[in-house]
Amino acid sequence: MNEKRKIRVATCSLAGCFGCHMSLLDIDEKLFDLLGVIEFDRTPFTDIKHCGPCDIGIVEGGVSNAENVHVLKEFRENCKVLVAIGACAITGGVPALRNNIDLWDCFQEVYLYEGGLEGNQIPNDPELPLPFDKVYPIYEVVKVDYFLPGCPPSADTIWKFLTDLIEGREPKLDYEMLHYD
Amino acid sequence: MGALVMSKAITIDGKSVSFIDGQTIMDAALAAGVYIPHLCHNPEFEPHGNCKLCIVSVNGRNMTACTMPAAEDMVVASNTPELDSDRQALVQMLFVEGNHICPACEASGNCQLQAAAYYLKMLSPHFMHFYPPREVDASHPDIFLDLNRCILCELCVRASREVDGKNVFGISGRGIGTHLVVNAASGRLGDTNFAVTDRAAQVCPTGAILIKRQGYKIPIGQRTFDHKKISEVQMEPVKRTEPEHE
Repeated sequence: MNEKRKIRVATCSLAGCFGCHMSLLDIDEKLFDLLGVIEFDRTPFTDIKHCGPCDIGIVEGGVSNAENVHVLKEFRENCKVLVAIGACAITGGVPALRNNIDLWDCFQEVYLYEGGLEGNQIPNDPELPLPFDKVYPIYEVVKVDYFLPGCPPSADTIWKFLTDLIEGREPKLDYEMLHYD
Repeated sequence: MGALVMSKAITIDGKSVSFIDGQTIMDAALAAGVYIPHLCHNPEFEPHGNCKLCIVSVNGRNMTACTMPAAEDMVVASNTPELDSDRQALVQMLFVEGNHICPACEASGNCQLQAAAYYLKMLSPHFMHFYPPREVDASHPDIFLDLNRCILCELCVRASREVDGKNVFGISGRGIGTHLVVNAASGRLGDTNFAVTDRAAQVCPTGAILIKRQGYKIPIGQRTFDHKKISEVQMEPVKRTEPEHE
């Protein structure tokens, strides 16, 4: 009861590849140290579907559709500190390569020219979020407090960043830890 | 202080740097091993002053070090938090004005734009992205021209004109419409006499001009700026030629 309250952390991947989440898991045995001081709210690790009040929100991936915006806003509303992790969250990244290709051309290329299991058709279920014309970095949609670049940032970089943040220091990356690739 | 007045000198960040008439602040700084950040400057070519990264405070006024002639008793400030903050903003604007998707670029790790951003500790591009529509020209048998990554430093323009004597490249348009053009009726690189051995094919600071069939020969993580700062790399050729200044 009187134990020091654990820091509550939520994570999500929007238009990303989960590579940043994989890199977080790459801190290996340090995960035990990490779980000694934090607990997870919404994240793919817990499968909790909605974000509650949190200390830190970590967002991977850019904003490419309407659902991404809903998730991102939920994170911003609930997290005291919001962190953009990885190239996609910070610049749009590889998904933003489609930004100068017409959305309809993308759909035709993916769904019409080479048919899928259900033949040549564009998915149109109301459950599916509507895609945007472009992929945006998350800071163009909500205020972001910290940026952790990399594609993905290495496990050591993530560990350094998180320990700085959790222990109340301004996160600081050495030269070799700052990468955009 | 005030001992020998053998040569003229300026002061950069409190350090006395000697110069000879005709040298710019950048020339004098490079010769003395004093690093001033720069992207569009290369001592091989006529200075241009268009990237503005070498902005320094000269007697309290901001100037580009690569174009400003050194004059006796100039007091120059370069390595200050204010100027580095201005430089970071300039680099951030270069990032959002083009389409610089580092994870998908063959120049990543060898890119001077990226390296300048690392040097200036840029964590995000900060401004709204333009995502401008730009072309990729793959018409040349040996060289790609990817205008998504062009930062208009004009190094290829200068190299082609001054060293190769070919005038393959030029700049057209004004303001935000400024863009690199290719000197051919078709506008395509494949219709010029541009060759992979040209100096202009080697000077691009980003991945706008890429030699074909070289992709990922050096793996990501083992490239020029992965472990060395741009300040070290850009000073290396200067160190080798230093004895000439005796």
